Amino acid sequence: MNALGFPILSLMLLVPLVAAGVCLFVSNNTARWLALGATLVDLALGIFLWGAYDIGGPQWQFVENAPLFGRFSWALGIDGIALMLIMLSVFLMPICIAASWSSIEHRIPEYMAAFLLMETLMIGVFAAQDIFLFYIFFEAGLIPMYLIIGIWGGAERIYASYKFFLYTLLGSVLMLVAMLWMVNFAGTTSIPVLLQTDFPPEAQTLLWLAFFASFAVKLPMWPVHTWLPDAHVQAPTAGSVILAGVLLKLGGYGFIRFSLPMFPEASAELFWLVMGLSMVAIVYTSLVALVQRDMKKLIAYSSVAHMAFVTIGLFAFNRQGIEGALIVMLSHGLVSGALFLCVGVIYDRLHTREIDRYGGLSDNMPAYAVLFLLFTMASVGLPGTGGFVGEFLSLLGAYRANSWVAFVATTGIILGAAYMLYLYWRVAYGKLDKPDVAAMPDLNKRELAMLTFIAAVVLWMGVYPESFLAPMRNDVGTLLARIERANPGGDARIAMSASPKPAAVEHDGNVPKAAEGGH
Amino acid sequence: MIQLIVFLPLLAALVAGLGGRAIGSLASKLITTAALFASCALSWPIFLGFMSGNYAGGWVEPVLAWIHSGDLRVDWSLRVDALTAVMLVVITTVSALVHLYSWGYMEEDPDQPRFFAYLSLFTFAMLMLVTANNLVQMFFGWEGVGLASYLLIGFWYHKPSANAAAIKAFVVNRVGDFGFSLGIFGTFLVFGTVSIPEILAAAPGMAGATFGFLGMRVDVMTTLCLLLFVGAMGKSAQLGLHTWLPDAMEGPTPVSALIHAATMVTAGVFMVCRLSPMFEVSPTALTVVTVVGAATALFAATVGTVQNDIKRVIAYSTCSQLGYMFFAAGVGAYSAAMFHLFTHAFFKALLFLGAGSVIHAMHHEQDMRFYGGLRKEIPLTFWAMLAGTLAITGVGIIQVGGFAGFGFAGFYSKDAIIESAFMSGTTTGGFAFAVGIFAALLTSFYSWRLIFLTFFGKPRWAASEHIQHALHAHDHNDPIAENAGHDTRPHEEHAREVPTGTGGYHPHESPWTMLVPLGVLAIGAIFAGLLFHGPFIDAHEGAEFWRGSLAFDEHLMEEIHHAPLWVKLAPAFVMIVGFLIALQAYIRNTTIPARFVGQFGILHAFLFNKWYFDQLYRYLFIIPAFGFGRIFWKVGDEGTIDRFGPNGAAALVAGGNKLTARLQSGYLYTYALVMLLGLAAAATWAMAR
Repeated sequence: MNALGFPILSLMLLVPLVAAGVCLFVSNNTARWLALGATLVDLALGIFLWGAYDIGGPQWQFVENAPLFGRFSWALGIDGIALMLIMLSVFLMPICIAASWSSIEHRIPEYMAAFLLMETLMIGVFAAQDIFLFYIFFEAGLIPMYLIIGIWGGAERIYASYKFFLYTLLGSVLMLVAMLWMVNFAGTTSIPVLLQTDFPPEAQTLLWLAFFASFAVKLPMWPVHTWLPDAHVQAPTAGSVILAGVLLKLGGYGFIRFSLPMFPEASAELFWLVMGLSMVAIVYTSLVALVQRDMKKLIAYSSVAHMAFVTIGLFAFNRQGIEGALIVMLSHGLVSGALFLCVGVIYDRLHTREIDRYGGLSDNMPAYAVLFLLFTMASVGLPGTGGFVGEFLSLLGAYRANSWVAFVATTGIILGAAYMLYLYWRVAYGKLDKPDVAAMPDLNKRELAMLTFIAAVVLWMGVYPESFLAPMRNDVGTLLARIERANPGGDARIAMSASPKPAAVEHDGNVPKAAEGGH
Repeated sequence: MIQLIVFLPLLAALVAGLGGRAIGSLASKLITTAALFASCALSWPIFLGFMSGNYAGGWVEPVLAWIHSGDLRVDWSLRVDALTAVMLVVITTVSALVHLYSWGYMEEDPDQPRFFAYLSLFTFAMLMLVTANNLVQMFFGWEGVGLASYLLIGFWYHKPSANAAAIKAFVVNRVGDFGFSLGIFGTFLVFGTVSIPEILAAAPGMAGATFGFLGMRVDVMTTLCLLLFVGAMGKSAQLGLHTWLPDAMEGPTPVSALIHAATMVTAGVFMVCRLSPMFEVSPTALTVVTVVGAATALFAATVGTVQNDIKRVIAYSTCSQLGYMFFAAGVGAYSAAMFHLFTHAFFKALLFLGAGSVIHAMHHEQDMRFYGGLRKEIPLTFWAMLAGTLAITGVGIIQVGGFAGFGFAGFYSKDAIIESAFMSGTTTGGFAFAVGIFAALLTSFYSWRLIFLTFFGKPRWAASEHIQHALHAHDHNDPIAENAGHDTRPHEEHAREVPTGTGGYHPHESPWTMLVPLGVLAIGAIFAGLLFHGPFIDAHEGAEFWRGSLAFDEHLMEEIHHAPLWVKLAPAFVMIVGFLIALQAYIRNTTIPARFVGQFGILHAFLFNKWYFDQLYRYLFIIPAFGFGRIFWKVGDEGTIDRFGPNGAAALVAGGNKLTARLQSGYLYTYALVMLLGLAAAATWAMAR
């Protein structure tokens, strides 16, 4: 057991699972309140977990281990990275339930159950310490999402869920094969042990590619991103929030947990594959976002571009890059979630996602306009919001890895501003000349609360990101220590002028020291 | 104290912005304006403290940790030194006056709390920029002022032209920020820190070093300085990235005075001065700064001579004066650049606020062709603008023998720049000097043209749609319609004769809230040069004042006193020539402009269309961006990836459309089954071992 004396992680998995089961047998309204209650309990447990997490303590904390059969065991435990991603999940969940409060009108108990089940599975992904347990959570998490799109989605939901399914299936089969090989080679299913295992470099490439097939789809990376716009467009609002907020982060988490530390040589070898796809993604999907007429599609494409900041940061092989990627994951989870909520708010009123149907909302929905502006600016990466801290660090890291990558990726800050402000113009500015738009009321208390909570955290992350960086610092250090041997090195190679001067030129920042304690 | 100066405006912005609806217009205005006057009152003692040498090298006040990642350590902190102190008084003074002025100017606007909140927010961001002790906080302020600028340009968001201008400003500035960002990344890579004092201390050691950048082997300091300078070019609207500034005039006029004349657009100049020890290491970068500055000074002055919109004339004038500041920095006269920034803040804010007073009097008409003869109607505004014009054109008498010289603000600062360029002794310095002289002629011409068209001659008000609107629809008070009216009339290519006549309209002088700021700024425009040229540009006093907060060149500042007499007299000479041409063309023989246009139509069209930059960028960037977006979407995503990916798979499996019917039940089942089978296999295998 762990220091707390009770299995908190199992409890966090159990609460929504039990609630999901109960939900199926109660009335609509009870189901709503039950779901909200259960997610709030998990949020409270999450806050407690964060408070109890010992920064600078052992790498894996709150460890639980109960052998099931063979080598397969109920092994849970988290490091700082998993902790922050669990926090993201438990924070967004009550907001998702609130967002679905009145917009979901049929099969409400089933809907709430699906969301609660998803929460269990998402926390499970981040907490799993057994590779097969991870696989179950990772893949099973898609089933409730698939149901949410397929049952409560829009008119084209069948096509969207089919696409979603097809892409993810391909990746998961390859990943499973790779996992089997690894367990066979290392003789264990324990992730902490596998993290210490040095796989032969010649096998690494194939293993890396197998995992990549799965993670690149989840993230998603160009060119396996086309499921995302359709999935988002068809999903109900809360589905989009969870999809963008947490499910897209599974790919990034996979890179951090498996690809980089387990296959460092392969990661270095395939550096240009990742960087190349990311650079294409930033320019390509940003331009596509510019011409979208559907709000959700626009934000979906912007997500693809933002996720590319995650990959360039992770594969930069330095601290700023990786910490930046992690902050991008957290901040994008909040900001894109909030942007989808913003779309949902006006979709609930006018039942269209077509941008041109709106305009001038600043007049009749001023509170909405302010919050939407804040999230737009956070998406654009304005300093003072979490988006900036993440983008800045990951681009800084990318520059240290290769100036070309940073040069191309940084164009994203120009294009991002263009498509987001163009969207904001068409929705919130202009004349309020459409009667049905003018009749839309401003945010109600429930909507205001949801968006304000997210806004507060986005600003907190932008002004004092130390709260979020500190728990992850040692774990990034551990990761860096693991991959440093394969670091391809940057392209700068400063050469001093003829007059020799013993300057401290080497700042590669990959100091694997755990002594950089936070604040 | 510095904390109060910086955070009072933020606090006021939050109260007015978030609580404006609850506390009402008047309270919002009171709170924001009071906060700014308090900030201003606290700033002057700091500035005077530096003038008297009490504060010496300055200090840094830590606020909070910000981004710590490995050896990157970025903290929130407030740096105060002489350079910051100059900016503090400029920002808080102009901002406080603009707040006050807006009481009158925005009186009829229904959205006043929002307006004042934006103004205060802007002031906060600008103060964070100038008190930054590291490049990242400077970038925070940089982007913060960009946001405020975006919000204020688009303040009247019902107007499509205002929205377009706001986006243009933000995106063009982002192009600059692209360079700035890469500059910060590179600086960190090279120096291992983003702390400004540490970078400046280490910069000389990097002289001659090279590094790899985009596959090339390049000089470290030149590359870093040029990347950072791209940021400065964006914010300070230098040639190439200037296109947003004239359009930014869509914002309310007080905004133009504060943001697009006195403060934000000078941030680039401030940045180059702040980092001047870095630029000093790279002569190549300084050459580029000089050439870009000189080219901008010339370009904007030429365009300014043919504009009809009173605000656009002043906007191009600002752009041109910023060019002066940059080429001053480029030739190493950073103190002269800062001095011009300081005096320019007063007289340019004055000109803009004066223009605002005229526009207010003329019922939101901005086209000077419909002005004329306003001297007698709004005399106080006239005298204020006259002071501004005397300052910008640099009227003054040089010190000869025992007679003490006297000059308006621009006389000291602009002449110092022109003389520095000459005395720097470099080829680019000589080029900048020649351009500076010619641009000074144009400056004088367009400034007097503005005065003559607006205040002299016969009234030509009757033909104005705005005046018509005022005369016939005055009873229904609809400020939105006023604001919206201007962009409906297409810009006219050629100067045409506008019939004279008042149409029975009586312009009225502005209220005291608008006149007091004009008066204060007029005093600044008259005396700022005389009072402050010592500490700013005198060789000895300057060294005492700046104390290393910028790369002060004592030698050059001494040298300019020994410039040949013809160099000293040249600016005054061209100033008079410009005045005389304007007098001839706009007072004595008013047919000259039309004849000029007839004779040199192509030249006029070239200038009138701003050297066709907007059209060029439209075809180079905007249309291709949308075009590629559509191609990537339709041909890339839908035509290729989907066609051969998921849709192709669907066709293979089920022969097309029939598939969809079976998807919902069928595929979920398959999916779960595959996963379970895989797991079962894994578990079996694990148990069997």
